[in-house]
Amino acid sequence: MELSTNTAKNLPEEDNKETGESVQYIVIRLGNEQYGIDIRYIDNIVRMQPITRIPKMPPYLKGVINMRGEVNPVISMRLIMGLEEDVYTKATRIIVLKLEQEGNVGFIVDEVKEVVTLSPDEIEKITYNSKEEKTNLITAVGKHNGELISLFDLNAINIEGN
Amino acid sequence: MDVSQYLEIFLDETKEHLQNLNTRILELEADPEGADTVNEIFRAAHSLKGMAGTMGYKRMQNLTHDMENVFSEVRNGNIKVQPEMIDVLFQCLDALEEYTDNIQTTGDEGTNENEGLIKQLNDILNGGKVSGTEAKKEEKPAAEAPIVESSAKWDEIALDDSQITVIREAQKQGKKVYGLNVLIQENCILKAARAFLVFKAVEEQAEIIVSEPSAQDVEDEKFDRDFTLIVLSDAELDAIIKAAENVSEIEKVSGAPIVLENNKHYSKNEEAEASVAVENTAEQASPAAATTTAPAPANTAAPAATKQDAKKQAPAKPVVNRTVRVDIEKLDSLMNLVSELIIAKNSLVSVSSQEQTNINSAFNEQIEYLEQVTTNLHESVMKVRMVPIESVVNKFPRMIRDLSKKLDKKMELYMTGEETELDRTVVDEIGDPLMHLLRNSADHGLESAEVRAQRGKPAVGSIFLDAYQDGNNVVIEVRDDGNGIDIEAVRNKAIERGTITPEQAANMTDKDIINLLFLPSFSTAKKVTDVSGRGVGLDVVKSKIESLSGEVEVKSKLGVGSTWTIRLPLTLAIIQALMVVVGNEKYAISLGSIQTLEDIAPSEVKLVQNKEVIHLRGNVIPLIRLNEVLDIESKKSKDDNLIVVIVKKGDKMAGLVIDELIGQQEIVIKSLGRYTRQCKFISGATILGDGEIALILDANALI
Repeated sequence: MELSTNTAKNLPEEDNKETGESVQYIVIRLGNEQYGIDIRYIDNIVRMQPITRIPKMPPYLKGVINMRGEVNPVISMRLIMGLEEDVYTKATRIIVLKLEQEGNVGFIVDEVKEVVTLSPDEIEKITYNSKEEKTNLITAVGKHNGELISLFDLNAINIEGN
Repeated sequence: MDVSQYLEIFLDETKEHLQNLNTRILELEADPEGADTVNEIFRAAHSLKGMAGTMGYKRMQNLTHDMENVFSEVRNGNIKVQPEMIDVLFQCLDALEEYTDNIQTTGDEGTNENEGLIKQLNDILNGGKVSGTEAKKEEKPAAEAPIVESSAKWDEIALDDSQITVIREAQKQGKKVYGLNVLIQENCILKAARAFLVFKAVEEQAEIIVSEPSAQDVEDEKFDRDFTLIVLSDAELDAIIKAAENVSEIEKVSGAPIVLENNKHYSKNEEAEASVAVENTAEQASPAAATTTAPAPANTAAPAATKQDAKKQAPAKPVVNRTVRVDIEKLDSLMNLVSELIIAKNSLVSVSSQEQTNINSAFNEQIEYLEQVTTNLHESVMKVRMVPIESVVNKFPRMIRDLSKKLDKKMELYMTGEETELDRTVVDEIGDPLMHLLRNSADHGLESAEVRAQRGKPAVGSIFLDAYQDGNNVVIEVRDDGNGIDIEAVRNKAIERGTITPEQAANMTDKDIINLLFLPSFSTAKKVTDVSGRGVGLDVVKSKIESLSGEVEVKSKLGVGSTWTIRLPLTLAIIQALMVVVGNEKYAISLGSIQTLEDIAPSEVKLVQNKEVIHLRGNVIPLIRLNEVLDIESKKSKDDNLIVVIVKKGDKMAGLVIDELIGQQEIVIKSLGRYTRQCKFISGATILGDGEIALILDANALI
């Protein structure tokens, strides 16, 4: 199953939170936590597939996959967030995101749950004073049906530099 | 008139003309009497002026106008070519280049009036006038001549026997023969297209038997503003003229019935051919014929040429490199399509090997066919992408000339192999590195005149730029007969700068020392000039060439000269590769760097300085165990024979130990992006038939 979204065309140029419009997020699961990814970043969601390892790379960079004839890197979201190594199950998915800096990058997540629409008053921005990179990726927390969803700012991910 | 849509064409053509002018003026400097060269220069300057005027770049137009005046006087023999004049002309070209650059970046030519240059040009003109007042008078009527005579231009066309016969026959049969002269509006940009429409319109009612200039030249836009036709028709003259005038941007069409006896080249006796020849020479000599860009009359015979008058065809017709401008993006998408096709083929191949062996032969036939198609498609697309390096190296003679003056050293640049072709992307990038190397040779390489005299070398230093194809590579060599690299000086400098310790220096080979030159900010020049010596350069050269998957090497002999060798892959996108297995992973090694495959018994592996080597046909070759480099467990046990891929880089060799061979395959190189830079020996990836990705090992980085 391939779930394509055509929304990637007009990438998030304007920040909808400021303009007061609702934003759609894809909710994913890592371990026991739920995270949201702005749907406009998402190019594709695919099932787990063979990953070609690249030698001498940091552990979170799992390798590369073939994405419609293009070679895209794949990153373990769990390792980035400081969780233990992935265990691939039937629910494991690779979310391919279009990043401004790095181009298309795949992220391995435990499960893709649903799409939610969050209005601006459901999103709470958070500021951290710690320099811990894990938390720096989370820019806001969304409230949906009584649950909390941490929202990623994926452009903050720097594959090379970590 | 909105001309912005033509800006790109304008820039392209202006650059072409400027390059042409640069080359021709250099030629003129060497041979001040060359009439062809002057004509060519005049033509280029004229087109440049016309184009600048059309686009509304007045300053550019003014400058070219004055240049054109000078060339015109030179052509008429009123001014002799002087070295000072060449200098001024080159300065003018630089100024024009500046305008062009301004236009390219801002869309405006800038405000530099270049009054000084214009004054100098006028001085040259006035200087020439003194000796040539009389000739000047002659020129005036000449300039008006084409307009006056245009009414009867068809009578000037040199007709050959067969054409005359055709006209006579037609007239006998009661057909009408007309001469037509078509004048295109001055500001028309696509003259050739307009002319083509006129041809088409006329051909609907008449048969064109002669065209002056030839149809081919008209198509190539090798005419000024007008062209002349002789047509056979049943229709009335007015109807034909009307049809032609209906084409837009046509200023005037004039016509009259042809009377053969009026033709200047027509003579009744059978020696017509001889008289034509005489006329030709006469015509070329007279200024009237030269003011328009009328090609040698013999050219007019071209479209109707039969075998018997083949000998009359002008042999001097310049060979024009017919180019097609193709948007690089279109090429890239074409390239991608081919890539897909190859991937599709590879998947067919892998399916056929997976299933049972009793697959019917038709399937294999299909694969073979597909393979044939993909190979051809690949080749033809590659050819489209290939351009001669000429476009890049053409500017170097001028640069060396300027350097020669600036550095006050006599030097000469000899170039060969300008026609060598390389991938477009490579050609675009290779200019700067080559320029660095040439400047380097001119400044550091060549000695001063005194030193050269002492060493008994010729006073004029030589710099050579040679390009040639060598297998799957293109080699470009920059060679000079100068001082060569002083290895001791480099060694001392490196120690002084703290780049290496004295102990290290003692252990380094000459080659290693020379390689220090490629480190950032390392220059041995005693004094910094504005040509080179700031130490920015060689490291840039190296990184640029490596980014093109090429390599650069130096060979140098103190006192004799140095040779810089750049080796570039012919193409960047699709290569032949050897597929190998290491551990449980597949890798591709470019076939270009592979020498041989060897089966080595473990007992043949020797240790030298604690490194594994093998002795192979007189060579001692170090072994590189890929499973160690790639951090994988090898599947093989210690007692198994080793499969060794012998790779070569320059004169260095190495043996790569692999677990298993898969075979040779055509692979499409995909970039891995910037995040894999830490892994130097992986140069890219490729997609295999089953959709899996294999990494491409860069053998050069492993050695």
